[in-house]
Amino acid sequence: MNIVVCIKQVPDTTEIKINPETGTMIRDGVASIINPDDKGGLEMAIQLKEQFGAHVTVITMGPPQADIILREAFAMGADRAIHLTDRKFAGADTLATSYALAGALKKLDFDLLITGRQAIDGDTAQVGPQIAEFLDLPQVSYTQELKFDGEKTFTIKKATEEGYQMLAVEAPCVITVLSSANNPRYMSVGGIVDAYQKEVELWGKDNIDVEDHNLGLKGSPTRVRKAFAREVKPAGELYEVGTDEAVGIIISKLKEKFIL
Amino acid sequence: MIKDFAEKEVKPLAAEVDELERFPYETVEKMAKIGIMGIPIPKQYGGAGGDNVMYAMAVEELSAVCGTTGVIVSAHTSLCCAPILENGTEEQKMKYLPKLASGEWIGAFGLTEAGAGTDAAGQQTTAVEDGDNWILNGSKIFITNAGPAHVYIVMAMTDKSQGTRGISAFIVEGDTPGFSVGKKEKKMGIRGSATCELIFENCIIPKENLLGKIGKGFGIAMKTLDGGRIGIAAQALGIAQGAIDETIKYVKERKQFGRAISAFQNTQFQLADMHARTEASRLLVRQAAYKKDQKLPYSVDAATAKLFAAETSSWVTNKAVQLYGGYGYTREYPIERMMRDAKITEIYEGTSEVQRMVISANLLK
Repeated sequence: MNIVVCIKQVPDTTEIKINPETGTMIRDGVASIINPDDKGGLEMAIQLKEQFGAHVTVITMGPPQADIILREAFAMGADRAIHLTDRKFAGADTLATSYALAGALKKLDFDLLITGRQAIDGDTAQVGPQIAEFLDLPQVSYTQELKFDGEKTFTIKKATEEGYQMLAVEAPCVITVLSSANNPRYMSVGGIVDAYQKEVELWGKDNIDVEDHNLGLKGSPTRVRKAFAREVKPAGELYEVGTDEAVGIIISKLKEKFIL
Repeated sequence: MIKDFAEKEVKPLAAEVDELERFPYETVEKMAKIGIMGIPIPKQYGGAGGDNVMYAMAVEELSAVCGTTGVIVSAHTSLCCAPILENGTEEQKMKYLPKLASGEWIGAFGLTEAGAGTDAAGQQTTAVEDGDNWILNGSKIFITNAGPAHVYIVMAMTDKSQGTRGISAFIVEGDTPGFSVGKKEKKMGIRGSATCELIFENCIIPKENLLGKIGKGFGIAMKTLDGGRIGIAAQALGIAQGAIDETIKYVKERKQFGRAISAFQNTQFQLADMHARTEASRLLVRQAAYKKDQKLPYSVDAATAKLFAAETSSWVTNKAVQLYGGYGYTREYPIERMMRDAKITEIYEGTSEVQRMVISANLLK
């Protein structure tokens, strides 16, 4: 079985800072990680590798510094890594990103394509499903659990707002995975050492099956008018007490803050 | 990676292992699984195939959340795996390193005695040749990892008349008849790490367990401690960084006179000084580790790194407790533990005074 996992490098924080002038995210000084849902997807792939001997390829589209997450994927157990990087891809929205990734994926032979449900920086949850549409493959989003019969059929528990659905889908197919699906393993120290001996394949637009006008900013119908960081509210305190006591607590809290 | 592991797997246990003086076996098992117990050991001997810079960084990150865990890895790697790797025969390496580097076995090192710490020539433990065996008698004190360890590198006199040239090194397995682990020390800091006495009463070990040549034990011990100092310097550095990280969180939250104490210039300047010294320690530690990796002389670099990082660690954690105020003095916060843990780095594997002797002897030679 061949599995391809799409991963994305994201800032390691939910407190995104936006440059007010350009409306783009400030990445300086913020550590980067593999997007958590994608990491869940990678762990799922590596577990399938351990059970069924699958070959796991990871692919990311991003600037040169995204190389590090591919090394991390090697250190977790991926077999092959492809870095899709080209100036022509810059400024891509989810449609242009999915288009470019689909162009690369057409060059690969796989039974299962895994993406994370959504990235913590954009939160769109669009890229996985769009790739499936470009490739004309069946898709299951919000995968919480996956079982493989060892032949051709995946049985999937798909999370919904009300509960879950059980679905059966045949390879080749696309799934998007939730980070809560598993507990991703740590990279091993030996794996990290080896990761730097392995080759990350660099693919540009000329290596894949795409047309220029659909790429990057040119191929992106989305226009961002304004970007701002959501105000983060503190977690708050929860008291389970009677009314009288609750009133007392509220008054003392308001006094503490000099509101009363 | 190690930072993430330390935060999620090591930090939650740090207060408990300190409070209960409990050796964190479960942490060692988890570290073993991801290769932390054999970072600078080549893959052919079952290690991770990393280098000393990686190893020092790992000890730093572990120590930032738990000084106990840092020293367990440091003593195991620098004081047991390293001397076998550097002085062992191929048979010894194949016999011991895969089990040690995989973390299946834990390692320890025995040099210090009641009457011989830094002054190694005062060794009273003896090893006498007897046919195909060596018979060891005597005792060692303050041995890190003693008890949980399966393998001990032990220094003993094979020829008293030769002074330090009469010392030889041996590999002793924990279940050898005649070998036992004695009293466990009740310590001020690194309380989860086991520090015990080793007792040898007609302890018979096979001849092939001599490490290096007869009479070369002192050199092996000194070289081993050079490497060990990088590990302890990294531990000291980690404790200092951990204290700074905790203090930053605290001073942003703690309010006095209507504002966070981080808004006071005293807090800001203290933090700046704590950071500057810690960062300088980091560069010294990395430099010593890098030189070891490059097979350059690193003995003075290791001594310098350990001296500066250890004294910085004590200084920084002391400042951190002060910034915390009364809360810092309580066990509810990790900062008093860090201050207690930091102190030992000025003492073991050569006191700060010994490091000054090593450094100045090189300057004045």
